Amino acid sequence: MSELASGSGPLFTDPDPEAARAFFRGKKGAFQDKVMSVKEAVESFVQDGDYVASGGFGANRISTSCMHEMVRQRKQNLGFAGHTTTHDFQILSAGNRNGEKLLGRVDAAYIVGLEARGLSAQARKVMQSGDVEVCEWSNFALACRFRAAAAGLPFVPMRSMLGTDTFRHSAAKEIECPFTGLKLLAIPALYPDVSFIHVHESDRFGNSRIKGITVADVDLARASRRLVITAERLVNTDEIRSDSDATTIPSFCVDAVCEVPNGSYPGNMPGEYFSDEAHLRQWLDVERDEEAYGAFLERFVFGVEDFEGYLEQCGGADRIKELRAIELMSDDRN
Amino acid sequence: MPDYNSMELMICVASRLLDNGARVGVGTGAPCATAMLAQNLHAPDLLVAFEAGGLAPLMPEMPISVGDSRTFHHALMTTSMGDIMETCQRGMMDYAFLGGAQIDCYGNLNSTVIGDYDHPSVRFPGSGGANDFASFCWHTLVITQHDPRRFVERLDFVTTPGYLTGPGAREAAGLPEGTGPHKVITDLAVMGYHPETKRMQVESLHPGVTFSQIDEQTGFDLPAAEEMSQTDPPTSEELQMLRETVDPHGIIIGRE
Repeated sequence: MSELASGSGPLFTDPDPEAARAFFRGKKGAFQDKVMSVKEAVESFVQDGDYVASGGFGANRISTSCMHEMVRQRKQNLGFAGHTTTHDFQILSAGNRNGEKLLGRVDAAYIVGLEARGLSAQARKVMQSGDVEVCEWSNFALACRFRAAAAGLPFVPMRSMLGTDTFRHSAAKEIECPFTGLKLLAIPALYPDVSFIHVHESDRFGNSRIKGITVADVDLARASRRLVITAERLVNTDEIRSDSDATTIPSFCVDAVCEVPNGSYPGNMPGEYFSDEAHLRQWLDVERDEEAYGAFLERFVFGVEDFEGYLEQCGGADRIKELRAIELMSDDRN
Repeated sequence: MPDYNSMELMICVASRLLDNGARVGVGTGAPCATAMLAQNLHAPDLLVAFEAGGLAPLMPEMPISVGDSRTFHHALMTTSMGDIMETCQRGMMDYAFLGGAQIDCYGNLNSTVIGDYDHPSVRFPGSGGANDFASFCWHTLVITQHDPRRFVERLDFVTTPGYLTGPGAREAAGLPEGTGPHKVITDLAVMGYHPETKRMQVESLHPGVTFSQIDEQTGFDLPAAEEMSQTDPPTSEELQMLRETVDPHGIIIGRE
């Protein structure tokens, strides 16, 4: 297969499946109890300089607690997969202030925006500063990168991005198909050092259930060297075994299990609670005033012990009850 | 004649382009509202697909995110981004329907940066699923405001492919054959593309809009199609459905 053209963007991670196999060979513990706090999981599994990825879809089924914890622990110079990352990216961009640099390099498919809600002033400032290395992709390309890694391959072929600047600023390569002669893009495997996926239910080993859309998380879970699961609820392994069809992520892919009820807040969690649009609006608005933003982060992130403390600041159980009514479209919703 | 704002006009007009039985991949923002409006009026069998994995939902109100739970409310299936995009890649999606971005005369879109790429004056989100949808789906529809900042001679960055540099350019780049831009719906007019030159042209002017207005608001040469018509204004039925059912909180149409 001959290479026809190359994107000029940086490849932040090694796509070599042999290196990944050597790592995964030593990853065992399907029947090991991995329950720990979010603080402990982030301390144990995220080193400065690591490449991290966030599951879900921006402000839907995200592991908010882990994003806050990385900011609180002032992790530095992380790589990040921006596969429709909206509020999760916005949280992490709070780590790039006052000379600190949490985000060091970003694979960008969708960053700095919160869809119909608008753009994050802080995330834009970080990405316009010139301090963060960036490589362009489409959402499907990043999904393909996780797919290639999950399959233990160095790349998969794909037919979008061709002919555009998105390709020219990516790290993909044009190749000729050995069967048809078609021009294809070779999309390199992405094996993140550590990923965070929020799920509905997990047992203590990490066997996990996601309800509703899975986005790219089935592949992301398998592609990641280390995987932190945060779960709305812990369930018994007997319960997992009673309905194995429902298992989305098997425990031998998992390194930590954290029980975090309401853990996607202020994002949406399907069947549990809707997004808190008022809080997300407040976050977007406050970013425009540096002083107010600093005070906001102190109140909601740095000044609280953990995610539970953050939830209390946001209205706690009463607010979650309201968001649950919106999600379920009950009659008493506001 | 009923009163309406420019966003309501765009959504009502665009919804008529989604025929019953069609399969459409829907982007974030106005396209969500448009697809839902069509589904609630003339196109109950419109098959709506969302990039995050929602397939054929019965939306109770328009989604705020193309991955929120409204995108798979009473859906036929909940699946993954890979499955939805592969469905498009194998030719099973008629329309890509994308929202606001910079656009040029060949329907190429910029949603990545304004200014020099290495030192951008403005960073936008990037492709998201737009490049994939517009590469794979048979026809691409774009809904956006009509002004000279958006309708430009030269894009700072080609995020998402239209006809690229003109006839034959998509195929030469390796994109699937027979795909490409189809219509652009703005607050002033509906545009299509010349069958030979692949350049954008005006097919229908909205009520009260003159051709010189189009000229003033467009940064490239935008001619009239051979047969140019007048857009029918939104009906009271369309407006009522849009305001009361599709977007009751005014997320997109900007009214409470």
